[in-house]
Amino acid sequence: MADIKKVATREAYGNALKEFGEKYDIVVLDADLSKSTKTDGFKKTYPDRFVNVGIAEANMMSTAAGIASCGKTVFASSFAIFAAGRAFEQVRNSICYANLNVKIGATHAGISVGEDGGSHQAIEDISLMRSIPNMTVINPADSVEARAAVEAAILHNGPVYLRFGRLATPVIYDAENYTFELGKGKQLRDGSDVAIIATGLMVPEALDAADTLAQEGIHARVIDIHTIKPIDKDIIVKAAKETSFIVTAEEHSIIGGLGSAVAEVLCENAPAKLLRIGVQDEFGRSGDPYVLLKEYGLSAENIVRQVKTNL
Amino acid sequence: MDEKQKNMLELVAYKIRRHVLEGVFSAGCGHPGGSLSIADILAVLYFDEMHVDPKNPAWEDRDRFVLSKGHCAPALYGALAEKGFIPVEDLKTLRKADSYLQGHPDMRKIPGVDMSTGSLGQGICCANGMAIAAKLDQKSYRVYTILGDGELEEGQVWEAAMFAAHHKLDNLTAFIDLNLLQIDGDVRDVMNPMPVDEKFLAFGWNVICVDAHDLTALRGALDHAKQCKGKPTVVICKSIKGKGVSFMENEAAWHGMAPNQKQYETAIAEIDAKIHQLSAALA
Repeated sequence: MADIKKVATREAYGNALKEFGEKYDIVVLDADLSKSTKTDGFKKTYPDRFVNVGIAEANMMSTAAGIASCGKTVFASSFAIFAAGRAFEQVRNSICYANLNVKIGATHAGISVGEDGGSHQAIEDISLMRSIPNMTVINPADSVEARAAVEAAILHNGPVYLRFGRLATPVIYDAENYTFELGKGKQLRDGSDVAIIATGLMVPEALDAADTLAQEGIHARVIDIHTIKPIDKDIIVKAAKETSFIVTAEEHSIIGGLGSAVAEVLCENAPAKLLRIGVQDEFGRSGDPYVLLKEYGLSAENIVRQVKTNL
Repeated sequence: MDEKQKNMLELVAYKIRRHVLEGVFSAGCGHPGGSLSIADILAVLYFDEMHVDPKNPAWEDRDRFVLSKGHCAPALYGALAEKGFIPVEDLKTLRKADSYLQGHPDMRKIPGVDMSTGSLGQGICCANGMAIAAKLDQKSYRVYTILGDGELEEGQVWEAAMFAAHHKLDNLTAFIDLNLLQIDGDVRDVMNPMPVDEKFLAFGWNVICVDAHDLTALRGALDHAKQCKGKPTVVICKSIKGKGVSFMENEAAWHGMAPNQKQYETAIAEIDAKIHQLSAALA
């Protein structure tokens, strides 16, 4: 595993802002976390287009809406727990109700935050954000996808929630050949026994799981759902029709996130057996990120175990 | 301001009040009290201060207005109708399912509304954003917002107060409609925000205190705000909730209640008497 390149999606986010800041007239807001959210690179390069609002996430979201109302594309960054949680109603009313061009760069999502513990590990943010009309929700699988997602968000007219992680995770895509299509899932492996539909850092885990399963003669399809809303119904329905069961894998509560979104699509279009891997309706806690991921079942090992038990 | 202009603005304010009563009466619900108390401020803003163009509501160099106390939408709609942004006859459709005139201001549906508001505390932050955007683009437009005194109980207002002073938003003028009443009663009993002037001073604002129904004083406050550099200005306006309708004045009950037929007729008669008097003075 030592030779696998690992980059945190928050790093990719920060680099992308800096890169696209030259091409696009974007404004970036942060709430005293620019060193952690990685917006500090943009801040140093384009100080005139960076606004620090201080530790005031609610204010940041409404201020972002005001700036966007004057024709600008605004990124508002904080940890996912504060961006989606603390400032939920500002995101809903100031940004989404008015359908303004604010892109929320939410870093430190999920339990892979690690040592800071449960108070800082957002496991409900996808659920909250995808329930708001006008909102698009993106959870990239790696740094390559994260960079592309930032540009897609800039080009999309309307609010976008971008979910990034703190932890350095495997880079699975080739930057040269990668293309991002908003609302379209990516089938990374073909297989007809089971379909593993994953998002975020669970995508590399799903690929590892598929490799292990293949050695045992189980052919797993792997799908990366980077856009959780609007979700790619076609790729999910096709997977349900062509495999015998569906597993979802996400670093988020099994309530309201990818698992729920897939369940909604399946129930209405192609009822199929479904197993949701994710945080099982409990809070996170402090610890080494990889220890936590393993203990919470967010690992290739657990995907393999669950597939074999339920197939 | 000369006497004629003052009379004209007062006439506009009473016409706005008439629109408030008609709108709330036809809707059968809404917020007349706080709408009546801000009519004079809106009259001065839309008819003596702001550079706006009813024929081009999205004009990018226009001055911006945010009704942070969004529940007083009937007064804003009245001002927009008087200014020519929306037809006066549409005001009677307020809050109806087939109308674009939402219970709270909606920038996506209503020409002339610069920001969707209604959730208290958020509008002033949006106004800050507009003021920052003007500075980023080196534009000279100014931004105005009206907050309620009860709204000051929202913590987000003070995040905004800190932000506006920190970023030296001297292109922003905030009005506080200090009518001293909120739904549950006197603001000083519910959750006392006083002293409002000292709080804004401590936050680094230019503070002006005026009578909300004194048009000359409001004009003077706006002139003073424009001269103040490096600081946002707050105009604390001591007002009468329900102003202009005798039985609604200083009564918390009229915060969010529509008049019945008889009350409506009485109220309209009072407003119309004032409108006739002001029209005669102008003629």
